[in-house]
Amino acid sequence: MLRLVLLLLIASGCKPPGERELVVFAAASVKEVFTELGGDFRRQHPGVTLTFNFAGTQELRTQLELGATADVVVSADTRHMDALSAQGLVQAPRPLARNRLVFAVSKEVAHRVARLEDARTLERIVLAAPEVPLGLYTRTLLDQARAGPSGAELVDTLERHVVSKELSSRQVLARLVLGEAQAAFLYRTDALGAADAGVVLVPLPDALTVTAEYSIAVTRSPAHPTLAAAWRSLLDSSTGRAAFRHAGFDVEPAP
Amino acid sequence: MIAQRSLLVGLGAVLATYLLLPLVILVSSVGDAFTASLGHPLVAPALRLSVTTTTITLAVVVLLGTPLAWTMARSTHRLTRLLETLLQLPVVVPPAVAGVALLLTFGRRSLLSAALGGDGWSPSFTTLAVVMAETFVAAPFYLQAALGAFRQLDPELVSVARSLGASPLRVLLRVAVPLSWPGLVAGAAMCWARALGEFGATLMFAGNLEGRTQTLPLAIYTALETDLKVAQAISVVLVVAAFALLFVVRLVSRHLPGGRA
Repeated sequence: MLRLVLLLLIASGCKPPGERELVVFAAASVKEVFTELGGDFRRQHPGVTLTFNFAGTQELRTQLELGATADVVVSADTRHMDALSAQGLVQAPRPLARNRLVFAVSKEVAHRVARLEDARTLERIVLAAPEVPLGLYTRTLLDQARAGPSGAELVDTLERHVVSKELSSRQVLARLVLGEAQAAFLYRTDALGAADAGVVLVPLPDALTVTAEYSIAVTRSPAHPTLAAAWRSLLDSSTGRAAFRHAGFDVEPAP
Repeated sequence: MIAQRSLLVGLGAVLATYLLLPLVILVSSVGDAFTASLGHPLVAPALRLSVTTTTITLAVVVLLGTPLAWTMARSTHRLTRLLETLLQLPVVVPPAVAGVALLLTFGRRSLLSAALGGDGWSPSFTTLAVVMAETFVAAPFYLQAALGAFRQLDPELVSVARSLGASPLRVLLRVAVPLSWPGLVAGAAMCWARALGEFGATLMFAGNLEGRTQTLPLAIYTALETDLKVAQAISVVLVVAAFALLFVVRLVSRHLPGGRA
């Protein structure tokens, strides 16, 4: 009798128990790391469909507020994550990694810019627009620079030579890689990733440290809670941390 | 008979409603916040820049496009048809791709820049780049309309004018253009409208800086990152500006010789 029931179940095409899909909404700047770790995840969970939605944090927030479904959310800006949490759209966000802001120059001018002060002579600097997280972080860094010695004059000169305010961190990077911009303020991970395009990091004084705080949370009622937990474990594991560090993020050492 | 007519009207009504409804809803959704949003710092410089650049673009396209369309219309060469098709390509190519093409041609690492020596000058990040991007994507609309209008001209009239001693330029300006007004004006209106709405190529090639390269569409996209309401308000400004421009063009064409509404 039992055998007959089992046969009927299998014959009806009934899916075996267990979750088969995971949807992750993540800030664009973690795309490379997540794609790499996604490969590991698929090997650990064969048959599971892993779907990523990489976009600016503010876009992800808007999508979630308008009803989009996801299991895990990774934000590059704590304000947006706090807003989602306050609306009850995510549960218990916690820190994931940090991304420092750096100053980088294109290969054409790398030889004549050793410090931020040398950037006075440049004519085409690109920033992120203040409407996006990177733009806000850049604003904070420039305000900090103003406070230093001869800071006001340097920052005024730099701001006079800003030729474009891009709407995503990737566009800022593209300007630099294409050689359209001579210098830009961007995320450390983006600058390191473009090293083979000749992009060179210019060291900033220790006083000018601005970091983007990345946080991760599971959505309010995820459709695939087990896989969501498994993804988070992978990110916390030594493999996950190594991947983050290799890309240029700062991660907490393993507990 | 009546059923057939109703069917035709009905089909047309479906499309017309689909095209008008979202715009009506956009305009009505803005509400009280509209006048407040108009004072937003993004609006005035963007509006000024949009009106200035699209007017220059239109002037350039009409000035250079009319002789081109006339020459092509009069030509019996085999390659003319091929050229005509090629000149339609900027319409088909996605605007962002057009922007990339412009960067490759006129950007900092292009042949042009190298030819100008050292860290050669490039129009990218300037208002000129905005006009270049708008011209690239909008010119085909005027060219196609002008070509169509000129081709419909009775060749007898041109022959008569020439035989009476009129120079080629006089034939174009005094015979061809006045007789082709409706088509030329319609083409100019489409060209202007396309230039006004241009976004992808401008963002790629010219960049995004208030007062210098941030046209109304770029201002809308920038506002979308923080405040949907402001983006909606600026969108209404753009829709109203476009409507005003197209309306003025229609009025002007009605009052010119040979023009019909």
